[in-house]
Amino acid sequence: MNWRRALIAVAFAVPLIALFAFGFTRDPGEIPSPLPGRAAPGFALPVFAPGEAPLAREIGDTIRLADLAGKVTVVNFWASWCLACRDEHTALSVTARRYADAPTQFIGVLYNDRPALGARWIAQMGGQSYPSVTDDGSRTAIDFGLYGVPETFIIDPEGRIAYKHIGPITEAVLRAKIDSLLPAAAVDSAGSDEAPAYRVEGAPAP
Amino acid sequence: MIGPIAHNALLVSVIVVSFGAILTPIAIRTGRRDWLQLVYGAVYGNFLLVSLATALMIVALVTHDFSVSYVAAVGSRSTPLLFTVISLWGALEGSILFWAWVLALYAAAVVWWHRDRPGNLVPYAAMTMLAVAAFFAILLAGPANPFVPVFPVPLDGPGPNTLLQNHILMAVHPPLLYLGYVGMTVPFAFAIGAILSNEAASNDWAILSRRWMLSSWAFLSAAIIAGMWWSYEVLGWGGYWAWDPVENASFLPWLTATAYLHSVMVQERRNMLRLWTLNLCVATFVLTILGTFLTRSGILSSVHAFTTGTIGYYFLAFIAVVLVVALVLVAGNSERIRTDGTLGGAASRETVFLLNNMFLTAVMLTVLVGTLYPLVAEAIRGVKVSVGEPFFNRMAVPAMVALIFLMGVGPSLPWGSTTWLEARRRLVPPAVGAVLLGAIGFLAGARGVYALLAFAFVGYAAVGNLREYWIGMRARRKAHGESWPTSLVRLTRANRRRYGGYVAHIGILFVALGITASSEFRSEREATLLPGETLTVAGHTVRLTNVWGREEPQRSVIGATLDVLDEKGAVIGDIQPRMNFYHVSDEPVPTPDVRSSIKGDLYVNLMAFERSGANATVKVIVEPLVPWIWFGGLVMVIGAVIGMFHPGRRTPKPPAPAVRAPDEEPAVAGVAP
Amino acid sequence: MLVRLTTILALLAGLAAPAGAQGGESTTRREVAAEDSALEARTSALASRLRCPVCQGESIQDSPSELAQNMRAVVREQLRAGKSPQEIEAYFVSKYGEWILLEPSMTGLNVLLYVFPVLLVVGGLALVVVLVRRWTAPPEANQG
Repeated sequence: MNWRRALIAVAFAVPLIALFAFGFTRDPGEIPSPLPGRAAPGFALPVFAPGEAPLAREIGDTIRLADLAGKVTVVNFWASWCLACRDEHTALSVTARRYADAPTQFIGVLYNDRPALGARWIAQMGGQSYPSVTDDGSRTAIDFGLYGVPETFIIDPEGRIAYKHIGPITEAVLRAKIDSLLPAAAVDSAGSDEAPAYRVEGAPAP
Repeated sequence: MIGPIAHNALLVSVIVVSFGAILTPIAIRTGRRDWLQLVYGAVYGNFLLVSLATALMIVALVTHDFSVSYVAAVGSRSTPLLFTVISLWGALEGSILFWAWVLALYAAAVVWWHRDRPGNLVPYAAMTMLAVAAFFAILLAGPANPFVPVFPVPLDGPGPNTLLQNHILMAVHPPLLYLGYVGMTVPFAFAIGAILSNEAASNDWAILSRRWMLSSWAFLSAAIIAGMWWSYEVLGWGGYWAWDPVENASFLPWLTATAYLHSVMVQERRNMLRLWTLNLCVATFVLTILGTFLTRSGILSSVHAFTTGTIGYYFLAFIAVVLVVALVLVAGNSERIRTDGTLGGAASRETVFLLNNMFLTAVMLTVLVGTLYPLVAEAIRGVKVSVGEPFFNRMAVPAMVALIFLMGVGPSLPWGSTTWLEARRRLVPPAVGAVLLGAIGFLAGARGVYALLAFAFVGYAAVGNLREYWIGMRARRKAHGESWPTSLVRLTRANRRRYGGYVAHIGILFVALGITASSEFRSEREATLLPGETLTVAGHTVRLTNVWGREEPQRSVIGATLDVLDEKGAVIGDIQPRMNFYHVSDEPVPTPDVRSSIKGDLYVNLMAFERSGANATVKVIVEPLVPWIWFGGLVMVIGAVIGMFHPGRRTPKPPAPAVRAPDEEPAVAGVAP
Repeated sequence: MLVRLTTILALLAGLAAPAGAQGGESTTRREVAAEDSALEARTSALASRLRCPVCQGESIQDSPSELAQNMRAVVREQLRAGKSPQEIEAYFVSKYGEWILLEPSMTGLNVLLYVFPVLLVVGGLALVVVLVRRWTAPPEANQG
């Protein structure tokens, strides 16, 4: 029994086992996005759900990202067939109204759905305080590297994507992110003394 | 009632197999060989206990006993009976139970078949199988317990995964796969047993395990082909192999098993490559465990993956133990095991087998590294990458094409040595086949380099293998005056291993041809049709008749009926792709319909439809020669079965333990016939 | 003899080839997708290299999902606009990360992934040559 050879052979197995053990710490379904930190892709999309005063827009109006420079923009991708979107609906509507006086803009983008079904869903959910637009052919969704719904992007006043949230978003997260991006004078909630920070979510090393 | 009884049976089986495994070395060391009867009794007892648990599970499924956790998870009153029964292996815990049962069956069969053989090989092999069984028994007793009592008892369940109740092949693929996968445990057990009983320096262990390896190879081949067929008929994209991690996991042990089947012949004839063959045997088993680990651990994303949980950690621990034990035993004893021999000459079948093993191993390592690379890249670079079909096609296919060529060279060359002149005389005639089939492929429109080479090499290998039959039959006719059919039968019977092997080669050639043609000549079109409109793809025309719906207990089915027209516009049949909307799931399962003929398949998938039935969007794919793949699989299995009936010694006498001084001459090489 | 041979070859070729090698493809409805079959072929080739984000390992060419079909449309559009496959791949990588490519780019660590199989075959062939030479050496060389 040659123990020296045996030990050398075992040494070969160690990296493999270590690799598998490492695999347990990773989630193969979680794909980090390269977008946070970069300029948000431009879009010009037509409104199909007007929202409610004071945030309402006309049906058929075009919302352009370029027009929103200087504002903190929250772009939320959703669909009527998406079960998780129901969980965040209230949070988004309430928060949008809360920041109505601040330089913010909430936009819903319909994904892989028909406007009629989307409008019906909004009515069933009790209304949406901000306007929603359609995205024909999912061009904008692809531009934002969408994997599914719901996904929420928060864009800073300079037009860069500050934060990408996958899954239903909560009011607390929304407020924290928006507050960190608004100029200090416009901050609504008390006690927020964070400097505007760019949350770099999973951006690859340069 | 059922749950507790079955669970207790499994708990007892843990004790029984552990007892048997521990008793074996004690019995052998202390010389109390009568205790080995207890060990064998443990093997039989394990089989009875696990069979009881499995039978009870089937009863629980069929009677919809939702107090049993597994039934509550996959059972449903509205699922048809057949799919209820086969949901035994459809989800994690049930699949582990099924694995344990197949393992128990093999262990009992091995012990029964070889019970009279003197020596320590069989006892140590039994011990190995008991140890593996112990792992699965512990899983079943604990983390993968399918018999957890459920309270309060639900009235109904969600039914099996919708993808798994869509097609009859779900009844076929998993059992075949398990019989193949688990069967690889047997040669592994013989190899370990040989090392522990000091018989690794002889060829006996390889001779004993030959039939077990061959049958497992046959099952695994059939399982892979059945799996390809299932995904082809169910998943809707018209393909049969996606290099998905779990598909690769089933392919890897097949590659090493195929290499083993060839190198073991060199071992038996020339007493060479013994250490290499042993390594292949161990690698095959390790790869089967690796495969089941990848399916159940969740570390790689895959179409196939079972739901994840803590069970992955158990498998990782098991792989670690198996790897360490096997490596220590093999490497530690390698000096005693290895042989060096001589070849008669370079132009010999042995050389071809060396090349065959080299290419098979290269493909195996390429696929293994490609499958694991996403993990490696994430560990080192922190970035998620994908390694998919384009990579594997580019890097693995060339070697596989080379193997097709070798399949024609090997049978033509003799064992031992031959002159280059003689070799040329044997190797040149099959080139006719290469030119012929290559020309046909080219005329048919093939332009890819590897596609053309594949056609040519299939022709070469076909002629090469068939010629061996023809030469043998001609010789028998001359010698005995037999008729052609008689000479064929008697020729095969005289050397089943060889001629069964050629049949298996021919089976692989059918598969290769089917894959090459359906990749190179595939055409597809998608269109939205109104009733009465037609769509023509590559000479095949379909015409939409109507869109319909029907209700079944577990699902709503929306389908489109299309007439298939010939060139003159006459109706020659119909085709009905469907979408199955299972009540428990949001996502419909598109179910394509396939119309097969010798020339190929007409494959239609329903992509979308108007609710009013006004139109339907269909994708029509023409896939030439796909049925040849399934047919080739059958031929492969037939070849393996023929080879299995090659007469062997039932209970060979064990040799005197091989003792070799380090500077002795290597063993005399076997005589070439 | 030659005529008969080529006839037989042509007949056999018909067995493997799609029968419509002479025919074409047609549909009675106005079809947007296939007006330019060369463009379609290039789209399919490139789409086969891009991974569908919402499926399990399928390419956007094979996947029936909406997102995959929309991504194919983007590919077609960009090809029609004259972009090269590399540019289009770079576009998708900038949106989805390297993960979106079904074949890793040949940069950095990935090079090893491509070199490895080649080394295996080349090294393997060399090994076989060495072994065959050693084992067929004339007996005098083996006397200890």
